[in-house]
Amino acid sequence: MAAVGSARAYPTVGSSYANTAPHYRRSLRRMGLTATVTLFATMLLTVYLMPFGYMVVTSFKDRDQIVASATGPVLPVEPRTVDVGGRQVPVYRVPLDGEVRELALVRPGRRESVFVDPADPAGAEVTWEGAWRTLKPAYVFAPRTGNFAEVWRGIDFPRLLFNTAFIAFTGMVGTVVSCVMVAYAFARFPLPFKGALFLVLIATIVLPKQVLLVPTYAFFHAIGWTGTWLPLIVPHFFANAYNVFLLRQYFMQLPRELDEAAMIDGAGPLRVLTSVVVPQSYPVIAAVALFHVVFAWNDYFEPLLYTLGRPELQPLSVGIQQYNFIYSQQPHLLQATALLGMIVPVALFLLTQRSFMRGIVITGVEK
Amino acid sequence: MSTRAAPRGARLTPLAREQRLWGWVFLSPWLVGFAAFTALPILASLVFSFTDFRLTDPEAVSFVGLDNFRRLTVDPLVRVSLGVTLRFALISLPIAVVLPVALAALLDSRWLVGKPLFRTLFYMPYVVPVVSAIYIWQGVLNTQSGWLNRLLRLVGLPGPNWLDDVRWIYPALVIIGLWGLGNAFLITLAGMQAVPTAYYEAARVDGAGPLARFRHVTLPLISPVIFYNLVLSLIGLMRYFEVPFILSNGTGRPGSSTMFFNIHFYKTSFVFFDMGYGSALAWLMFAVTMVLTGLLFWSARHWVFYAGGERG
Repeated sequence: MAAVGSARAYPTVGSSYANTAPHYRRSLRRMGLTATVTLFATMLLTVYLMPFGYMVVTSFKDRDQIVASATGPVLPVEPRTVDVGGRQVPVYRVPLDGEVRELALVRPGRRESVFVDPADPAGAEVTWEGAWRTLKPAYVFAPRTGNFAEVWRGIDFPRLLFNTAFIAFTGMVGTVVSCVMVAYAFARFPLPFKGALFLVLIATIVLPKQVLLVPTYAFFHAIGWTGTWLPLIVPHFFANAYNVFLLRQYFMQLPRELDEAAMIDGAGPLRVLTSVVVPQSYPVIAAVALFHVVFAWNDYFEPLLYTLGRPELQPLSVGIQQYNFIYSQQPHLLQATALLGMIVPVALFLLTQRSFMRGIVITGVEK
Repeated sequence: MSTRAAPRGARLTPLAREQRLWGWVFLSPWLVGFAAFTALPILASLVFSFTDFRLTDPEAVSFVGLDNFRRLTVDPLVRVSLGVTLRFALISLPIAVVLPVALAALLDSRWLVGKPLFRTLFYMPYVVPVVSAIYIWQGVLNTQSGWLNRLLRLVGLPGPNWLDDVRWIYPALVIIGLWGLGNAFLITLAGMQAVPTAYYEAARVDGAGPLARFRHVTLPLISPVIFYNLVLSLIGLMRYFEVPFILSNGTGRPGSSTMFFNIHFYKTSFVFFDMGYGSALAWLMFAVTMVLTGLLFWSARHWVFYAGGERG
């Protein structure tokens, strides 16, 4: 055993016969701590993610199952029935001889009822004494996918998905191109007042957006852009502080020797950017692109402002909210829309989680 | 490269001048964007706040002096919404600061097996779009069928009416907000992992137990990250909008307990299109944010520790 071996390598002070015991005990203690901490984290995580379970389970229930589950089982189920001699007979959970069996009720009676085994309906009848109404019904797992079909049509999901994806991906192109350019300028070029300009850029993070919102909206209204996607896309072609910061940090740690070698070979600054800096920075550029897609998928306030009254232009966030505003009393439809609304960003995150989280850490810690 | 080495004030060589020109070209998207979408709107917003500008009738705009700011002092909704925002801040800010640290400490524990998986799964809810998250939590917090109350009933506790009771709405909003802690916890964790192990060794040699090491080594060294989280949470609170707006459809129910400042601002500016007064509200929000972040920065001198002796 490793613990015994290590005890021999590092003898403890104390009586000779106890040489191995403290270490053996310590390794046990270590295993106990590991198990306790990991178990605790698992329980915490289960509670933290429990709402996802609620969403999935609820979105697969129909209205009757929702009503039934208020007091009954949590999963989407229906009472089990079985075909006995050409008619559908309900199945109950019957306590018989100390065990609970699922039996089909063929002749209900007030004092005693007659059951058969659902697996063998033609077989021997079983008589059970007691009031059958007190028995609990047996359930079978019966998820319903009808909610998704209904919601899919109700919100015109393909339309909303296209709108969201179009807004997200064009904005992403704008963000990536503009932020790479600006970060390159901050990282590599000797400009007067560069430090001050960079401070101004970072300060825009702290600025409450509301201060800018009214005039910006009035401006877009004046040039006829309200009721279009342009206010949701065009501003992203002008760089933003978070992503410029992230890219600049990354560019600054790239060796300049490669830039200089390319310059000696006659490459201009644009060429250095596209063939030297960018190819070395794919991971961080991917992170910026991801952040933008997730941001755009999530964004609610501005799409609400700029697409109000134009349902055919709305992205998922606004479309789902407007739809649920009308059907707000139907939890199964609400949860189905919630699932449809989150599936793309969550899938994107899970596929790219490593570079995604690294990007967050760089913008957060090093500022 | 000679351009970088050129002394200040010396005449620029043609190459240096070309370099500088390219620099401005690459910087131009932000310069134009800053002018168009930040600097000009700030100025315009300031001008708007002294007018009775209405988008529905933009021709009839006139200067009204300080009327909008006077109205701030008598508008009952200003007092209500500022009160709501500050009260909620008092409840949620401590949680927004403490929980990420606690979670990061758990995930940084050397006793935890499967750290990368835990990190990814604890972060994941952060990328769920807020609209989906609200509907999910609305279901989970439902008085009768919600899983939280079913869980509470299971252990014999009465489940409160989370979303329709003025006493429970803030805890409910805090619970919904738990899914927004991903970024804070992730950068706190990174901050903890960046603490040099030599410091822990030194503390251990000095006889410090696990708690003392956390208190005297970890906490001071991650205090800049905590401070950063605190500032961002405060700014986020002043912008808090989506969750209360969608939950109450902008009515501020129950009572007026979810009439957050930003909802009042939104309704004034974009439902009633009273944009002159809306701008004044925005400036009030800006002023409050600045005062509070200013206070935070001032207090930071006493508790935020910057390695290398630089404080402040």
